Amino acid sequence: MSFIVDYYNYWIVVFLMMAGFYIVISANNLVKKIVGLNIFQTSVFMMYISIGKVSGGSAPIVAEGITSYSNPLPHVLILTAIVVGVATTSVGLALIIRIKSAYGTVEENEFKDKENLI
Amino acid sequence: MVEFIDLVLLGMLAITAMRIIFLKDLFAVVMLFGIYSFLSALIFVNLDAVDVAFTEASVGAGISTVLMLGTLALTGRKEKVNSHTAWLPLIVVVVTGAALIYGTLDMPPFGDSNNPVQQHVAPRYIQDSPQEIGLPNMVTSVLASYRAFDTLGETAVVFAAAIGVLSLLGLPKQEKSAIESGLKSHLVLRVVAKLVIPLIILFALYVQFHGDYGPGGGFQAGVIAAAAIILYALVFGLPTAAHVIAPSLLKALAALGVLIYAGTGVASFFLGGDFLDYNVLASDPVAGQHIGIILIELGVGLTVFAAMLCIFYAFAAQAERTNIQ
Repeated sequence: MSFIVDYYNYWIVVFLMMAGFYIVISANNLVKKIVGLNIFQTSVFMMYISIGKVSGGSAPIVAEGITSYSNPLPHVLILTAIVVGVATTSVGLALIIRIKSAYGTVEENEFKDKENLI
Repeated sequence: MVEFIDLVLLGMLAITAMRIIFLKDLFAVVMLFGIYSFLSALIFVNLDAVDVAFTEASVGAGISTVLMLGTLALTGRKEKVNSHTAWLPLIVVVVTGAALIYGTLDMPPFGDSNNPVQQHVAPRYIQDSPQEIGLPNMVTSVLASYRAFDTLGETAVVFAAAIGVLSLLGLPKQEKSAIESGLKSHLVLRVVAKLVIPLIILFALYVQFHGDYGPGGGFQAGVIAAAAIILYALVFGLPTAAHVIAPSLLKALAALGVLIYAGTGVASFFLGGDFLDYNVLASDPVAGQHIGIILIELGVGLTVFAAMLCIFYAFAAQAERTNIQ
């Protein structure tokens, strides 16, 4: 049982990462690809936060009577990464909107026929 | 108990991700992704990362869902059915996944306080930052002081992303469009929005200025304040919202935030310290740290607020333009 608890978080991280990766490479629709990228990204967040956790620790805010805190460094890295993630996602979505208005489709396999439109 | 909650929540997260893969209705995909974000926020709380959970709940579940729905309004909500089966991607994913799972067996066990990652700089942050910076929230100390240079870069990226979206989509025109937009005809929504919006803004200010002592800070506050205005725009229509907070003002605010941040750094080296070394901002180092952190959190809050709202305006204006055509 302790073997499972020791590695469970990392296994789920790998599973989510692969789920996101699968959506990115198999989906035709560009919006769905962006969702896949976001899932991939969240899996990395999950990994960092899992690494920073200390069993029996507390949130890294000083309070009386608490001796063990979880690692604050991964929290800082991921906090900023989430905001940057949504900012870059919005650029991706904006590109998709422009692709839609230029090509009339957001399905990847339909672009091939329209290459000469550029 | 923590481990058990962790087990259940991560399982639910994996199921949600599986469902997202197979759904063809993109509206449902986006909604599930919102649920996915909320579940991640819960997991972050369970793993002691309260600041991160705060950010994920407001950004992941709030803003990105709104932006994705805005995109779907323009691109259509159905994914076309794929005729060929995706064998190659499946094989690639399974092989990569198996290699990574094998790799995880070399990881140090979850939650052990003797792991290498807990031995590096973390003990110094945990032991010294309350005296050195004078703030109880170590995450804020590390974010705004020890790693301030890094955070300046992140703020600049948010600013750059807003510029990117604006150059791709453009901002709404100032003149009022003839078409009524928003959900003004719904009495309940109108009344509830009027009641809730001031409270959201008040909460954003609390998060902004209380971030030194509890969870929160400029990133979260900026997003929450932007969410209040987005709610206003959704209920009362984009032209009304653009009348309240003009897009040109937002462009200036986004730049001003980065300027305040970088300006604090420049001020600190003109006063004899290093770039973003706040000790020199006041006669007492701890007081100097406090002034510096409040200033740069203000800069972050302004930039994030203005950038998120600019991005929303750009998406909403694009949708309105398409509706008129």
